[in-house]
Amino acid sequence: MSSNNSVMVFIQQDDGKVADVSVELLSKARDLADQLKVSVTGALMGSGIKGEAEKLIPYGVDEIFVIDDKRLIDYTPVPYTKIMIEVIKKVKPQIALYGATTTGRDLGPRVASNLKVGLTADCTSLEIGDYTSRGVDYSNILYQIRPAFGGNIVATIVSPEKKPQMATVREGVMKVGTQDPGYKGKVTPFTVDLVDTDFPSTVIKKMKEEKLVDLKGAQIIIAGGMGVGSKENFDLILELAHVLGGEVGASRAAVDAGFVSKEHQVGQTGTTVRPKLYIACGISGSIQHRAGMDESARIIAINTDHEAPIFQIAHYGIVGDLNDVIPKFIKAFKAKD
Amino acid sequence: MGLNLIVLVKQVPDTQNVGGDAMKEDGTVNRAVLPAIFNPEDLHALESALVVKDQNPGSTVSVITMGPPSAVQVLKDSLYRGADYVALISDRKFAGADTLATSYALKCAIEKIGKYDIVFCGRQAIDGDTAQVGPQTAEKLGINQITNVSQIESVDAKKKEIQARRSIEGGYEIIKAPFPILLTITDEGYTPRPPSVIRVMTYKNASAEMTEQGYDESYIDSSVDRISETAINLWDINAIGAEIESCGLAGSPTKVKKIESIVLKSEDIKMVENTEDSISDMVHELISDHTLG
Repeated sequence: MSSNNSVMVFIQQDDGKVADVSVELLSKARDLADQLKVSVTGALMGSGIKGEAEKLIPYGVDEIFVIDDKRLIDYTPVPYTKIMIEVIKKVKPQIALYGATTTGRDLGPRVASNLKVGLTADCTSLEIGDYTSRGVDYSNILYQIRPAFGGNIVATIVSPEKKPQMATVREGVMKVGTQDPGYKGKVTPFTVDLVDTDFPSTVIKKMKEEKLVDLKGAQIIIAGGMGVGSKENFDLILELAHVLGGEVGASRAAVDAGFVSKEHQVGQTGTTVRPKLYIACGISGSIQHRAGMDESARIIAINTDHEAPIFQIAHYGIVGDLNDVIPKFIKAFKAKD
Repeated sequence: MGLNLIVLVKQVPDTQNVGGDAMKEDGTVNRAVLPAIFNPEDLHALESALVVKDQNPGSTVSVITMGPPSAVQVLKDSLYRGADYVALISDRKFAGADTLATSYALKCAIEKIGKYDIVFCGRQAIDGDTAQVGPQTAEKLGINQITNVSQIESVDAKKKEIQARRSIEGGYEIIKAPFPILLTITDEGYTPRPPSVIRVMTYKNASAEMTEQGYDESYIDSSVDRISETAINLWDINAIGAEIESCGLAGSPTKVKKIESIVLKSEDIKMVENTEDSISDMVHELISDHTLG
């Protein structure tokens, strides 16, 4: 299948390892490409990363363009933008997707600005559909769906006239597809003429702290929102998490209020989670928060306001003060044996 | 050695304190009830620029915003806090601009100012949360960028070089880069200074004036007492030399197809009474279906 008109993914690598979000996007790209009856392509830049590219083919990737250069070991905007633009100009994908990571959100806008094409940030859903504007019909257009305006609305954005149609997508939103070990795809070296002035930025130090909070891997998450009321009251959330062997989550409002640190934030601008059990305590349930947790297998909502939107996606609802409900929960769980 | 510093700011509806009346019955946003505020991270960007100015005497801070005439409020606020020179770019022809068209207009305004070493922006605005305008503007200017900056580590005016701490997932990196550079600033490292009483008294009656005058060395020389020159520059599409087809709706490749306030599908929710027995029953149900271990 020709790589032209494909669905392309910018494949992000960190320290030589492909980012989870890129695998998720390749899987989503396969879905979209099947609907459009086109191929899936990828662009991977870094140093000594050809082997990583080969590992991605089984996700249904038809061709990965690899740009291998020692100077590309760390992401910096200028050379990566130059390369991505050249790859897009050569391969002419109809769609290009980026993870909404600090890297993707740094790179995507520069590429869009240079090519004068649209870019929609932080999509939570991507679909293919038709669009009519001023009497012109466009078929098989990418619907770029995202919460907007502080999470009060959901907007469907299209950019039908310009190719590629581009979007950044949050990590954890798209599911990783199944692998087909026999899938026939190829890894193609791609050269871009890079000169020293293409590397104005130098990464002189990189510090990654040990991840203390693992929301993505947690099976049980107990999350607190503004309804918790204070940093002190948040101890009750910590206690329930400890008793149930779960991780602590929070809404953006609770993080902004300083109840708990940002690593705990669940939602569109935080982490997207899919645990077995999500207990939302004093969280009203804005669209942005729900976008990050509504695929949890079981949701328990505890809230004093019986009209809080969180109840509409919950499997169990308890109307009441969490300071009153949680101790009962802990007591009941401890009494299970 | 003085540096030329430019800050891009935006006036936004306060989406973080939205009440129940924020949405109209037809599902559109009720802007009338949302107060307009200085985009929070832009205040941090302004503060970081003022800190660089304090450390490098002779520097000037120019603030640019694009928006309706009412957006002069954020420029006045910038003057109150220490900005030297402010400009509002405002024109009906900018209406409906997406991030691409916005970055084009800002690029034109920055080029009208002319000389710059560092351009500062907030990381993102709370009405769109896209974080795109900063990088898009840098690309249009053909300059380097450092996004997600929590702290400027050092500025070397002689070597024309900056070191900045950039927040990344699970940590940070320190980037060294030469001028000119565009930075997007997060709310992590700076505390915006309050407006100065003297400056408020000086600028409270400042009004926007249409001007063709761009960057004038003598005008912004900080050694000259310019306190009496309180004009807020107002620039339209012609003043910044922007091409109309790249502005507003015409210059915006993205279109909003549909906006909806989500109607949640009503699941089979089981309401549990806030009693020890009911909660205990629920816990046992979750244990028996292996949700809880």
